[in-house]
Amino acid sequence: MTHDHRSRRFNVEALTRVEGEGGLIVEVRDGEVADVRLRIFEPPRFFEGFLRGRAYSEPPDITARICGICPVAYQMSSCQAIESALGVTIDEPLRDLRHLLYCGEWIESHILHIHLLHAPDFLGYPSGIAMAADHRFEVERGLQLKKLGNRIVEVVGGRAVHPVNVKIGGFYSTPTAVTMAALADELRPAVESAMDIARWVATFPYPDHELPDGTALVALRHPTEYPMLGERLVSTTGLDIAVDEYLDHFAEVHVEHSTALHGHMLAGGDYLVGPLARFALNADHLAPRAAALAVELGLTPAERNPFRSILVRAIETVHACEVALDIAERYTPPARPAVPVQPRASSGCGWTEAPRGLLFHRYEIDADGLVADVRIVPPTSQNQPVIEHDLIHLIGNSLHLDDAALEHICEQAVRNYDPCISCATHFLDLRVVRS
Amino acid sequence: MTGPTVAVWKFASCDGCQLTILDCEDELLAIAAALDFRMFLEAGPEEMLDHFDISLVEGSITTAHDAERIRDVRARSGIVVTIGACATAGGIQALRNTADVEEYTRVVYARPDWISTLATSTPIADHIKVDYELHGCPISKQELIGTITALLAGRRTPVTRHSVCVECKQAGTACLLVSEGTACLGPVTHAGCGALCPSIHRGCFGCFGPSESANVAGLRQVLHAGGIPDDDVLRSLRTFTVTKFDTGAHP
Repeated sequence: MTHDHRSRRFNVEALTRVEGEGGLIVEVRDGEVADVRLRIFEPPRFFEGFLRGRAYSEPPDITARICGICPVAYQMSSCQAIESALGVTIDEPLRDLRHLLYCGEWIESHILHIHLLHAPDFLGYPSGIAMAADHRFEVERGLQLKKLGNRIVEVVGGRAVHPVNVKIGGFYSTPTAVTMAALADELRPAVESAMDIARWVATFPYPDHELPDGTALVALRHPTEYPMLGERLVSTTGLDIAVDEYLDHFAEVHVEHSTALHGHMLAGGDYLVGPLARFALNADHLAPRAAALAVELGLTPAERNPFRSILVRAIETVHACEVALDIAERYTPPARPAVPVQPRASSGCGWTEAPRGLLFHRYEIDADGLVADVRIVPPTSQNQPVIEHDLIHLIGNSLHLDDAALEHICEQAVRNYDPCISCATHFLDLRVVRS
Repeated sequence: MTGPTVAVWKFASCDGCQLTILDCEDELLAIAAALDFRMFLEAGPEEMLDHFDISLVEGSITTAHDAERIRDVRARSGIVVTIGACATAGGIQALRNTADVEEYTRVVYARPDWISTLATSTPIADHIKVDYELHGCPISKQELIGTITALLAGRRTPVTRHSVCVECKQAGTACLLVSEGTACLGPVTHAGCGALCPSIHRGCFGCFGPSESANVAGLRQVLHAGGIPDDDVLRSLRTFTVTKFDTGAHP
């Protein structure tokens, strides 16, 4: 890096505290931000390629392997898409169990992000482990809640990373009433603990910053629930579409500096998915204590500061604990663990809210029950353009900072999006070019 | 900080096995106190030492650059432990090994000339000497903690070589294959998960790879005689550790 503030370049070779491998290149020329590139060099793994020819029953297990941090999201979106293709509607108690499973993943993923990946930026430490030397109580409190999130995934899904119990039509088996009662006992104090965590996060120093003007916020919407398993897709720009319409409104393009595609709205402009977008569009559907706490902490649906995404994650964690407790307390073992499924030639789309935002799947199934074609759009590839444009905007307002401080705030700003590069890289449109 | 210096490296993978380190919630701060993590990008540390006492390696080799990088990791490491199905078997991305990767790249990317990838996904041990292997997709938390503890104490690591069947017997789980005719790869699959799938009434799908002396052909005959289509069995064997189960020539 040079010391001339009007022209400088820095290259963060490898971003730390993100999932997967990426770097960042920033170029400033004559006092103007000339270029910002979020480099993604995670090697491609070609999931859409080898899913072809696999049985219709396999995508929940196979797509889970795209991401070790949010495997449940892949299982939920793939189940929804394939069940839609095959005309299957799961029983309400099984949907409740899926909702509970998803709560576990949100808790685990959000708490990992808050404590081990992002809080160190706000409090001035190189890592969560280093932060624990001075903030041991807070880190241990977080780890205990993270453990409970994993515990939920184990109780419903059978394993914390890459759960084994999810199948098309429901589950292989369902938890006993005794197991679920024990889980409810663990969840009762967890709601309070999650609220304390959110109050702690609210005390962090937040840089004054907003998303670039014109960024659309996009999230799922459900008639009554805060959307993990949403129904329609809505935006702050007035979009309101069904799942089959998604590909008419959104597209991905290949850029040279990334093995992950970039998401764009066909109507033009960047869009943001994830906690800030979900909260902006669904704050009215938060569980009661999460909703009250958001008000207490001054968080409103008008919030557009990406640095405050960590606070939204903390509020969403409270929500997930409340919903999980409610489902666990109401639980009686379902009449059957799964509904019967009969494969047929068909196609279907599905979408759910992964911890990092919208995760879309589309499958074509042939008459033998084998996968003929797959399309998957993960949250981080959708957020890549907005991350780059947000950084241009942020750097433009921060040129007075010295190089080290500027580099630090850029890395912190990337982490606002909790990017999952492992996810983003594995989704590539097989239909872009055919030679 | 005392204790051996440790690096965690990532190659082609989903991050799930290194996440298993962070998932040791009760033990994490104790592990961090006993080991001196200097390189662990996902958690923060990024100090490139000339020598690391222990390297934990996640992921498989899928690019020429990574084939170079793993040799560099070996050169600067005392003990190399590979963690998970990608590192020990090439992972699910090794399904490319029997496909035409040039064709994949051409149809997958608008600009194939921007993409650099090898035709194969290979285990770490195909490239360098590996001292210990932890199997599984993902690895078992207990085996990870057991191995770290054993390395610190200078004793043998606790990884067994028998099949999942032994773990079902230990857990008292009724045999799904014998009692219900469910397709189960347990008889040929490396133990370590605690026989998770049979415990939830699902046949094992082999995510820990083959056990020692696995009789895959024998199991295929038994399943075939039980009316399970061989295509389904082969597909299951050719999933998370496709390079490791001996399934004969690709049809």
